[in-house]
Amino acid sequence: MLELDTITAGYDRLRPVVREVSLTLAPGEAVGLLGPSGCGKSTLAKVAALLHRPYAGRVVIDGEPARGWRHTAPRAQRTAIGVVFQQPRMSADPRLPLRDLIAEPLRATGRRDEVPARVGELADTVGLTGELLGRRPHEVSDGQLQRACLARALVLRPRWLICDEMTAMLDASTTAALVAVVEEYRAAEGAGLLAVGHDSILLERWCDRTVHWQTPPTD
Amino acid sequence: MADTLWRSTGRTRRSTRTVRISFSAVTVAAVVLAVLIVPPLAQLDEQAVDLSKKLLPPSWEHPFGTDDVGRDLLLRCVYGLRISLLVGLVAALVATVVGTLVGAAAAAFGGWTDRIVMRLVDTFASVPHLLLGIFIVAMFRPGVWPVIASVALTHWLSTARIVRSEVLSLRSRPFVDAAISGGASRLRLTARHLLPSVLPQAGLAAVLMVPHAMWHESALSFLGLGLPTHQASLGNLVQSARSSLLAGDWWPTLFPGLFLIIPTLAIAGLAGAWRERINPRRRSELML
Repeated sequence: MLELDTITAGYDRLRPVVREVSLTLAPGEAVGLLGPSGCGKSTLAKVAALLHRPYAGRVVIDGEPARGWRHTAPRAQRTAIGVVFQQPRMSADPRLPLRDLIAEPLRATGRRDEVPARVGELADTVGLTGELLGRRPHEVSDGQLQRACLARALVLRPRWLICDEMTAMLDASTTAALVAVVEEYRAAEGAGLLAVGHDSILLERWCDRTVHWQTPPTD
Repeated sequence: MADTLWRSTGRTRRSTRTVRISFSAVTVAAVVLAVLIVPPLAQLDEQAVDLSKKLLPPSWEHPFGTDDVGRDLLLRCVYGLRISLLVGLVAALVATVVGTLVGAAAAAFGGWTDRIVMRLVDTFASVPHLLLGIFIVAMFRPGVWPVIASVALTHWLSTARIVRSEVLSLRSRPFVDAAISGGASRLRLTARHLLPSVLPQAGLAAVLMVPHAMWHESALSFLGLGLPTHQASLGNLVQSARSSLLAGDWWPTLFPGLFLIIPTLAIAGLAGAWRERINPRRRSELML
């Protein structure tokens, strides 16, 4: 289970954007989180990925409470959750060719020997051909870069996947392709998914259940 | 179309910027060639004293004239430029490496480390750096290394600030989140993702610092605190020319002065062009 327990988080302690929100994902379950811009769903996604320290509340990953945030979180907990962000352009180190972009988590966790096999396999899965893998982020399109970012999120075989508006910048066919990749991965590994977005038609078709988030009253 | 918004004037005139860059490049190349080639080729002793030829004005035999003990000023200027350039380069390199490491560490660790380190930087920066430099050289016997240490240890502060702010702005990008989520340690994040993106800026800061370091070397030598007085450095040359200037002999001051000003402006000009390349929004002003 991935449990978010009465999370309060934001960027100003006096006016948090997320107030006492709880959400639970079962293994293999796909949950869609819908809400308008600025309601705090991306912040909640970052909290769930242990990338943002909440003011209150706790995150429990597979029965184990998160013991830290960002670098202070144990590596095993951090890498149990794969994350795909909204803007591929911003979430890729501009100096790394796509091949290294995908391989980076393997190298960072000291699993260099798996790099050639795993990168080749994932590049096939997300539909990146050999020549594209040698290009750097500014030489590929948003859709191609997002494919690489999805491959990077899957490379460590996370038990949980968080897609924060993964398809917001993409066209319909790329969206369909990426959703298919995620679904294939979930079917194979039994991973749970938290898909954040504002496209209710997409999320309602994609996910087992969706949560609609109303804008909190501003005071 | 006759009415396009951007019309060519029809002339192919090179911009002042291109002229400035080529002038700087030629000057820097000439300086480097001169200081590398002249000393081994000339086989002359720049310390050779000839009192029968003291204070001769510029002539064909001595293009820059001679000083008050009859030494050839052209040769001494080249040797002086050589030592000043060496001090400038090494000091700028050391200062940049120290500044980059301190700035990157402060930004990467954040929190209290950042606060303490940057307050320390502020404290050092609040003392005029010539004063601090004098304090450092005064602790040692005159020589090249104390001067390099003095210039380097007073000039890493601005680089540390530049690198820190650059790393801080990079650190808030989602690709850092992605790296953390992928299991990257703090060290790996800094070494693989943050520092390489900062290196062009740091390299630019290093080049911009070379002229500044040369000026500092000259200032220290001029004050009699830098290199040993017999060594032909540009600061020493200007310093020893002071007495003859009062007697109306202009060449011992003018030529070393030009040898200091022209190469440093040329290096600064090249650095300015480089900065426009990596950051076109900030048009060049000479940062000396």
